[in-house]
Amino acid sequence: MAGDTLTSSEYIKHHLTNLTFGQKTDGSLGVADSAAEAAQMGFWAIHVDTMFWSLLLGGIFLYYFKKAADTATTGVPGGLQNFCEWIIEFVDESVRGSFTSKNVLVAPLALTIFVWVFLMNLMDLVPVDVIPLIAGWFGIHFMKVVPSTDLNATFGLAIGVFGLMVFYSIKVKGLKGFIGELTFMPFQSKNPVVQVMFIPINFLLEFVSLIAKPVSLALRLFGNMYAGEMIFILIAIMYNAGLVLGLFGGVLQLGWAIFHILIITLQAFIFMTLAIVYMDMAHNEH
Amino acid sequence: MNINLTLFGQLVSFGAFVWFTLKYIWVPMMGALEERRNGIADSLSAAEKGKHDEVLARQHAKKILLEAKNQASEIKAQGEKRASEIVDEAKNEAHAEGQRLLAAARAEIDQEVSRAREQLREKVAALAVSGAERILQREIDAAAHKSVVDSVANQI
Repeated sequence: MAGDTLTSSEYIKHHLTNLTFGQKTDGSLGVADSAAEAAQMGFWAIHVDTMFWSLLLGGIFLYYFKKAADTATTGVPGGLQNFCEWIIEFVDESVRGSFTSKNVLVAPLALTIFVWVFLMNLMDLVPVDVIPLIAGWFGIHFMKVVPSTDLNATFGLAIGVFGLMVFYSIKVKGLKGFIGELTFMPFQSKNPVVQVMFIPINFLLEFVSLIAKPVSLALRLFGNMYAGEMIFILIAIMYNAGLVLGLFGGVLQLGWAIFHILIITLQAFIFMTLAIVYMDMAHNEH
Repeated sequence: MNINLTLFGQLVSFGAFVWFTLKYIWVPMMGALEERRNGIADSLSAAEKGKHDEVLARQHAKKILLEAKNQASEIKAQGEKRASEIVDEAKNEAHAEGQRLLAAARAEIDQEVSRAREQLREKVAALAVSGAERILQREIDAAAHKSVVDSVANQI
């Protein structure tokens, strides 16, 4: 909602605020009226817009793929089945290329990540004011339509992958092997005393590199999408700055949107590939 | 940017999505793909086999054709042989029949000759007797000299 009375910074801030539901300062439950109030709600609040759009997009993904799977024939495939098979074979090939162990969960995990993240990123291509405007007609003040510009969504995915990593690390190598990987590498010594002294150093290094994996996963996607969204918002501001700048902004938006098609696909692909690689590392001794 | 309950919401929905994908999408789709792959492989090998069979059938047909040709020429040769045999047999039979007819005709002729001779003999005997009767009408009694006349007549 780009009201004329808003300043640019207010406009940007408005666009970057989630529709937050939680306990207000007076104790009642409700939707936050401002970014400050949303921040005050603390941890026990939920971003209704992020949840709604991500679940909707995930539902669309599952609905169409399920439909394709249900009607899957071994004969000549139809259009939808062909499309789904194309994506599935692409994911299957990626998994075969990067994942060397046997785990039936990894390929569906990769498929879910790829399609879901892609769809969430795709919402970035909807002009920034369209859906918030429609939401405004129904009295909803805040509406952030791109779930992957919400740290909660990207960290949700990354922590899910991280949890599976840790789970399979312990399952495959045993708790001992997992802890050993954290403490006895990369520095090793034949002398037991020196080895014991190395443990804290090793643990520090390995623990940081372990934690860096989900954090980098989440922040990479979030950073890319957040920056892209921000540029769309900045371009949208130009529409209020006269005819010439407005037209220029239109051209810019088109150019950025076309370029963004590449980014959203690439980010979805990177997230999927790294998840596969991390799962592979969890299954292998190194 | 606030980290809040949304994180868990996303985490749970992610887990649910992965589970759903595994159970209802990945497994049946891969099954269908696998089945189709097998089907195509089967069809290809069947086509290959068909080709092979065709070659074999062609060879077999050639062999049968050759055999038939041989048999036909054999039958022809046999037929020709049989035909010449039949002709020979017919010739022989005709010859034998001719001989038989000839022999029969000869026998009949002989019979006719002997019959004629008999008649002639009787007539000559009668003639001789009548001649002798006329000559000897007066002196010779026919009944008394009949035995003499008959023995003469028998000598003819």
